[in-house]
Amino acid sequence: MATARGAYISRTAANWIGVIPFLAFTAIFLLLPTVNIVLGAFRGPDGGFTLDTLAKLFEPRLANSFWLSIRVSFFSAALGALLGFLVAAAIIHGGLPKWLRAPMVTFSGVAANFAGVPLAFAFIATLGRLGLVTVLLRDWFGINIYASGFNLISFWGLVFVYLYFQMSLMILIITPALEGLRREWDEAAQSLGATSLQYWRMVAIPVLLPSLLGTFALLFANSFGAIATAQALTGSSQSLITVQLFAQIRGDVLQDPNLGYAIAFGMIVITAVANAIYIVLRSRAEKWQK
Amino acid sequence: MTDQAALNTATVTDVPKARRSVGSVFSWAMFIFGVLYFALPLIGMFEFSLRKRRGTYSFDAYTTVLNDPQFQATFSYSVVMSLVTIALGMALVLPAAIWVRIRLPKMRPVIEFITLLPLVIPVIVIAFGYLRMFNTSSFLPMTGSITGTNILLAFGYATLALPYMYRAIDNGLRTLDVQTLTEAAQILGAGWFTIIFKIMLPNVFTALLSGAFLTFSIVLGEYVFAALLDRPAFGPYMIWTGGNRAYEPAALAVIAFTITWGCMGLIMLAGRLFPHTRAKR
Repeated sequence: MATARGAYISRTAANWIGVIPFLAFTAIFLLLPTVNIVLGAFRGPDGGFTLDTLAKLFEPRLANSFWLSIRVSFFSAALGALLGFLVAAAIIHGGLPKWLRAPMVTFSGVAANFAGVPLAFAFIATLGRLGLVTVLLRDWFGINIYASGFNLISFWGLVFVYLYFQMSLMILIITPALEGLRREWDEAAQSLGATSLQYWRMVAIPVLLPSLLGTFALLFANSFGAIATAQALTGSSQSLITVQLFAQIRGDVLQDPNLGYAIAFGMIVITAVANAIYIVLRSRAEKWQK
Repeated sequence: MTDQAALNTATVTDVPKARRSVGSVFSWAMFIFGVLYFALPLIGMFEFSLRKRRGTYSFDAYTTVLNDPQFQATFSYSVVMSLVTIALGMALVLPAAIWVRIRLPKMRPVIEFITLLPLVIPVIVIAFGYLRMFNTSSFLPMTGSITGTNILLAFGYATLALPYMYRAIDNGLRTLDVQTLTEAAQILGAGWFTIIFKIMLPNVFTALLSGAFLTFSIVLGEYVFAALLDRPAFGPYMIWTGGNRAYEPAALAVIAFTITWGCMGLIMLAGRLFPHTRAKR
């Protein structure tokens, strides 16, 4: 009896030994810190349960930051998804040479990872007040973009910079979906007399819609958590919620440690919703990609 | 041929041609837009990084950066940190990925869900959690000493790298018939150590390499964790330079971009140098 039990225990141990370090590590260094933050959001300064801390998120200063982050993420995700889709569709279905595809996907992989501080520097060097494009437009064409209201260190400037990694991530994710569009569908539509526009509007786009919306949600979450680019580009002039939280952690500028927890909790909720949308829509999109 | 028939032939042959040319002009326009948008910032940053000496192009900014002891210190710190992260990440993920394929298929969705979490929870939130959980008055006061903070930073990086590391290794395992390989090895008398190190590891070598290079390029430029844990890494150094210098930031951006490209290039090179044949079914 004892040996059978011993064998059972050792077999169970062998079954789990490979995943135990992983589970222990992620429990202590991923789950626990996050749960700790979430619980903190529901605690007052005295340690008791309260919803007051969360209610403070709706005070103008924080609500504005959240709203700014949401708008930056929304516009950079929407434009990134649209433009990335158009570029990818042009290369895959627009009659462009086939050999362009592989370099495009490779480059998108690099560009999607080219974020953070260096990305901000690249744009400052290009479209900043002394940047290459700014100077060339002024000297060659007499166009002073800064006089006509353009500013890199502004809301739209930030969206424009974010497009760099948003568009490339879109291209990376949507290319397989575009390649999954069957040639037969286009031919069938054509033989029924559909124009190119009608084919895209009535066949291709509806098939791709779950992928498009899902990737949009992913792009939204992708830019919502970003901070280094904004920090390097705008300092603290655009007070995104990440920038606010960073300042709060560094110097407790909000005079309420629990408020930090509440901000973090609010961010988790927003990115979790965006990612949930992505996962649900992606599983629906996959039924066309076999 | 009746007029009607002529009309029909005309529609059949001409319309697609018109379709194609309108579509193709639009496609080329989109493509050129894409090339301009992606290339100009790279050209701009390179050109800007050469402008340090007045009136002529020079590599002065690079010389300044490369000779800056701060650069050398932070860069080598980040390189060491990413190597530690890669080792740690592999040690955690590889056994887990193999185990859920051969012994614990039930746990697979759980493990996959956990590896997705670092993409869902913003980095700054995880870093914030670390500061609250592992501060000097906690049960595990890791931030109390420099070594402790360094270890904590490596743990943080390993957490960030989880999604990429797991996906890379899982993709590598997918092309193998893990179950058959394991059973064959067991029949021949191999123990688990042999199975992992002599059978799995060589077969997922390419996947491990691509996970490693991706992790390397992520860790090298990481800013939030290093800044909040107050460690002298390359990311915070770049931010500092951005606020205090004119041309050096562009030089740093060129260096960072070259490293990202290098890592991606090495991933593809690894795939080409060590191709492995797919398990036949």
